[in-house]
Amino acid sequence: MSAPILAVEGIEKTFGALRALGPISVALQPGERLGIIGPNGSGKTTLINCLTGTLTPSAGEVWFLGRKVTGLAPHLRARMGLARSFQIPKPFTGMTVLENLLVPLDHLHDVADPHVRAMEVLDSVGLAGRAAHEAGGLTQLELRKLELARALAGRPKVLIADEAMAGLSNREIDDVLVILERLNEAGVAVIMIEHIMHAVMRFSHRIICLETGLLIADGLPDAVANDPLVQKVYFGEQAHH
Amino acid sequence: MTAKASVMTAASPRPRAPARLPGNRTLLFTLGALAVLALGGVMTQTLANPYVFFAAFVIVQSVALATGWNVLGGYAGYINFGATAFYGAGAYTAAFLLKAFDASIFLCLPAAALVGGGLGLMMGYMTLRVQGVYFAIGTIALVVMAHTLVLNIDYLGGASGMALMAPEPPAWTGGQVQFVFLVMLGIAVLAVACARWIEISWVGRGFRALRASEEAAECAGVPTFKLKLSACAISGAILAMTGAPLIFYASFIEPETVFGLALALNAIAMPLIGGKRSWPGPIIGAVLLGSVQQAATITISSELNILLVGVVLIGFVAAAPDGILGLIDTLRKGRR
Amino acid sequence: MFLDQFVNAIGTGVMLGSIYAALALGLAVTFGLLHIPNIAHPAFVVAGAYVVAVGNSYGFDPLLVAVVALVPFYVAGLAFYEFYARLFERRGAADTMNALTLFFGVSLVVETALLMKFGTNQQSVNVAYVGQSLVIGLLSLPYRLLVPALLAPVMIGLLWVYLHFTHAGIAIRAVAHDERALSVSGIDPRWIKRHAFGIAAATAVIAGAALIIVGPVDPFGGRLMIGRAFAVVVLAGMGSLPGTIAAGILIGVSESLVAAFASPSWAPAVAFSILLATLALRPAGLFGVRR
Repeated sequence: MSAPILAVEGIEKTFGALRALGPISVALQPGERLGIIGPNGSGKTTLINCLTGTLTPSAGEVWFLGRKVTGLAPHLRARMGLARSFQIPKPFTGMTVLENLLVPLDHLHDVADPHVRAMEVLDSVGLAGRAAHEAGGLTQLELRKLELARALAGRPKVLIADEAMAGLSNREIDDVLVILERLNEAGVAVIMIEHIMHAVMRFSHRIICLETGLLIADGLPDAVANDPLVQKVYFGEQAHH
Repeated sequence: MTAKASVMTAASPRPRAPARLPGNRTLLFTLGALAVLALGGVMTQTLANPYVFFAAFVIVQSVALATGWNVLGGYAGYINFGATAFYGAGAYTAAFLLKAFDASIFLCLPAAALVGGGLGLMMGYMTLRVQGVYFAIGTIALVVMAHTLVLNIDYLGGASGMALMAPEPPAWTGGQVQFVFLVMLGIAVLAVACARWIEISWVGRGFRALRASEEAAECAGVPTFKLKLSACAISGAILAMTGAPLIFYASFIEPETVFGLALALNAIAMPLIGGKRSWPGPIIGAVLLGSVQQAATITISSELNILLVGVVLIGFVAAAPDGILGLIDTLRKGRR
Repeated sequence: MFLDQFVNAIGTGVMLGSIYAALALGLAVTFGLLHIPNIAHPAFVVAGAYVVAVGNSYGFDPLLVAVVALVPFYVAGLAFYEFYARLFERRGAADTMNALTLFFGVSLVVETALLMKFGTNQQSVNVAYVGQSLVIGLLSLPYRLLVPALLAPVMIGLLWVYLHFTHAGIAIRAVAHDERALSVSGIDPRWIKRHAFGIAAATAVIAGAALIIVGPVDPFGGRLMIGRAFAVVVLAGMGSLPGTIAAGILIGVSESLVAAFASPSWAPAVAFSILLATLALRPAGLFGVRR
């Protein structure tokens, strides 16, 4: 087994008296597809924020590409190749879709012609036709695609997709899954946080489940889905399988 | 049709990238800037009445002030209520250099810029890590502190001010006020060129992203803190540089006028009136407000002037926060 | 001699600090609790001082005038909030900067209006006890400082009781904490915030009375007060009302010591330095309420 590309070791995050996360240790292998599930408030987004550097953990370490990055600013981790999309899309309003992609290209991944690269990425997610449109006026699906496109622009090594499919129809979910699958085939490790079970099950090589900030399951999709602890957490005591 | 195929169809034929800004826009701007400078030079040779230059100096100074303020206030979004602290720092730096070393105005300019830049950097570093609100409050206190500092330094004249003889201007300019006017014109052109470069470059893009969503910008690779500090430094440098020619213009400076409210207020009101988002905005605001104030200077008291500008400020913040340029933009979009 | 100076500097500092707390009280409500950076508050305090001066010129006791003026100032606060809310509360958090400009503009208009009406000359009040002091050993406590200084704990105490034991008061604390939850339980957050602004404006007139009893006031006195007011609120910790007394005293004593042993002209810088230091070292303040 090769060295993990991204890992957290014993991290915890407390806000005053509230322990939101940890202690927890998770490792992501290069090229892996990791699914993260868990009820609301289980610490998924806190974990993501610690991975990206938006939050600094109260204890423990974060490793990326073999380097200790705990406390390193998010923009520096982005430059190392860590990309993320947000649960509630945060487009750069007041700028066109194309300009939204030029922003990461200004700082990541030296390209000869950023405009061409930006159009390529927009094309790959199906947004090329909206390139000149102001980012604030897009549909829900388009906004989510823009989130992903913006994350992909800099050719990341790891993509964290935080509930990228929330609120989408089945057909739209398929669209997004195709984008993520193609990305993974190109060598990018993907972490998918999702509530939409069938999508996570289809997509992931491995799934972990969080509950009140702690890891309660870690394994192959089928094993995790049939884990009684996971079922209890999602469905309550009534589940009998 | 499978999901994969539907996406492929939507993707082809591949559309072309939307038209980009032609590089000759910059060429046009450069030509325009040179034309403005040339016009200034021509004015010194042809206009006999020196009063024109006094008035023109004030308006051109306003353009530089408004543009410098807007780099931080409009592009990065941090309000500076104490532009006079930086302006005053530049003015007194120049006065000090003139008094102590008989320095030429051309040495005073970069020195003032350095002082202003350093001050801006310090302010930004101390306050921006927490919240933008504290930067704004800090600038209010900064004026008080700068004012107090100057009052306590006898070498700079203290409360009664400092009178100095400026060195002889180059003969071709036709006089002291014409010469200083040209220098101020150069500063204004430099300031506008700087603001324009920031606006169209990756720096400006980073600012717009930062204002839209700081968290997303940071995760997209934008070094948000460094950018904010740069804006503080650049804005401070321009504001200070704008203050440097003052001693050469008036041969006398005193804390009351240099750190006065009217200037700090204008620095905010002019970009707000003209439009904060783009480099022509501060120019429009400065020319408009500056001209009105110059024309009304005899008829209304300075207090009424401040009151009216305050009311105008409230009006624009309430009804047209993007200024005149913003109104034009809204009108254009409404027609579609 | 040194001990005498030192003890009196401390005494003056404590009294001044208490007055600063009174001044900052309105800000502690609007900024500390509601997170609305109302930089126009010191201008309202100065306006309050002028109202008190005018009332006093007819022979009434300044504190009496202030109490009578409570209701008009409360109403003015309501109107002010409405004006602000209609413009900004809809647009969201990103417009804090524009809101700041609005408050700046309002403070400017208030100050300049006062300047035009009353001129640059300072206003003061005539009260019997001004000029006399209470002497305890080495300590000399001028009444012009002592009386206003005693006001602050009373005001803060009353407000604290109000915020903790009345429905409206608890609602104000709730809206600071979670606006949506409050509206779900049937209370209009806007009404509550408007009420809070009214209370803040009411405290301004009492603080204004305190200010003018201490010494003469001119229209731009607010400028010197802004740094102190924000320093008190931040050092106390956002949302902590009792903390403002402790914070005020700390700032008052520091200023007083600097004025006595270094130079009075550096005093305005002290408050702001404390503000910056607090933000850098302990942003939650002394008694900060963590959200």
